[in-house]
Amino acid sequence: MIVQLFAGARELAGVASISLELPAGATVAELRQAILSLHPGLTPLLARSRIAVNQEFADDSAIVPEGAEVALIPPVSGGAAP
Amino acid sequence: MIALTREPIDTDALLAAVHDPLCGAVVLFLGTVRELTGTLRTVHLEYDAYGPMAEKKLHEVAALAAQRWPVRRVDIIHRLGKLAIGEVAVAVAVSTPHRAEAFAAAEFIMDQVKQLVPIWKQENAPDGSATWAHGADS
Repeated sequence: MIVQLFAGARELAGVASISLELPAGATVAELRQAILSLHPGLTPLLARSRIAVNQEFADDSAIVPEGAEVALIPPVSGGAAP
Repeated sequence: MIALTREPIDTDALLAAVHDPLCGAVVLFLGTVRELTGTLRTVHLEYDAYGPMAEKKLHEVAALAAQRWPVRRVDIIHRLGKLAIGEVAVAVAVSTPHRAEAFAAAEFIMDQVKQLVPIWKQENAPDGSATWAHGADS
């Protein structure tokens, strides 16, 4: 499975995507753990990031379907200061 | 049109696109590149996006606005890549029969864009340092 990275996550990890193996039926929470074990430097940012599965935000309890398009979505703070 | 672009946003075209004979109001919102955020100076911004999802979410935001207000037409264009101070980063144009709903819809769309659409900005400072804006402690 490929996890796409963007913005600060890409910068912290030093790569545009992460390739990892997930068991069938794994959840988004397990996916987060798998990402952290490969890239511990992402820990603080990942905690504040959402995971998108097939271009929809997914809760930690959601199952990641086989072959899903997965991306790490750091906080979207286009205009933190109004 | 709802789209991401790497070219400067043509706001005249946007206004023309949302004009509608049944509408008495058009609101055009422009988000522009600001030089100062607090005391921090920006020399330019760089926008990155998860393109396919960003476009999908922009369409969803427009549809949500159309469910709440009698929006006749809505255009949302977001710029990507390197932008100089003063350039238009995002443009929202909405037409409705009356003005209150056009103001409300445009504000709603921008609020939703900032929460739901995976587009990020990198602030580039005068000393050459670059920081992705991900909130307080990124």
